[in-house]
Amino acid sequence: MIPLSWFLIFAAALFSIGLFGVLSRRNAIAILLGIELMLNAVNINLAAFWRYGNVLNMAGQVFAIIVFAVAAAEVAVGLALVISVYRRRNTVIADDIDLMKW
Amino acid sequence: MTPDQIVFLIVALFTLGSGFMVVTSGNLVHAALWLISTLFGVAVTFALLNANFLAVVQVVVYIGAIAILFIFAVMLTRKDIRDQGPQVNKNWWFGALLSVSTFAGLYFLLQGWEGMSKTASAFPSGFDAVAELGNELISPTGYVLPFEVASVLLVAALVGAVYVAFNPRSGK
Repeated sequence: MIPLSWFLIFAAALFSIGLFGVLSRRNAIAILLGIELMLNAVNINLAAFWRYGNVLNMAGQVFAIIVFAVAAAEVAVGLALVISVYRRRNTVIADDIDLMKW
Repeated sequence: MTPDQIVFLIVALFTLGSGFMVVTSGNLVHAALWLISTLFGVAVTFALLNANFLAVVQVVVYIGAIAILFIFAVMLTRKDIRDQGPQVNKNWWFGALLSVSTFAGLYFLLQGWEGMSKTASAFPSGFDAVAELGNELISPTGYVLPFEVASVLLVAALVGAVYVAFNPRSGK
């Protein structure tokens, strides 16, 4: 059997890769790609704790499904915002979208 | 090394490698395609965890909808087929430092926890995880309220996304 630690370390590594993408990419769509990686890492943790805990308690899987729904909502709104910003300001570079910064 | 562990290691290396390509690939279409292979690796991980429903939903929702949405968004927001200039901002080393230290922190935190080497117990006889999950999602004593709130959130977000992305100049 696979020990729980393997799943947790795998998820931590995937989360860190996603964090690097969010913090360092210039393109707003690439930042959203990094957020997807982080959400997937969280889902692996939720499923692993469901499997290695009490399998009769489905909270882990239910929470993972809620995360799926929130991720779909987040990516729809995020990409709509990026497309709207691109149409108005002709850029998707996150550093150039500084209208509300002072 | 049991066959389970070998499969897990192969899948984990494939997923992490694809994830690394997602955040470093210069061409965003390639990054979105690497995201598909990362999501597929995560789906296999769910299958290894006996979370069959999550594995199927991962393929259908993430690969079938979200990744395709990303590819559409990439294609709608480019003047030129090639991306110009550097893909990372000038503080990328700080992001790399922060993500490496996050991983190191999580790793050492997990090392100090006694539940780490736990192995999964076998399912009770006659236990059907998918049927149990379906019952829990619609049972009033289970998770029917979060489930309905999630569906309302999804509808509101999609209506909002249509409103935000609507182009008033092209609409009649």
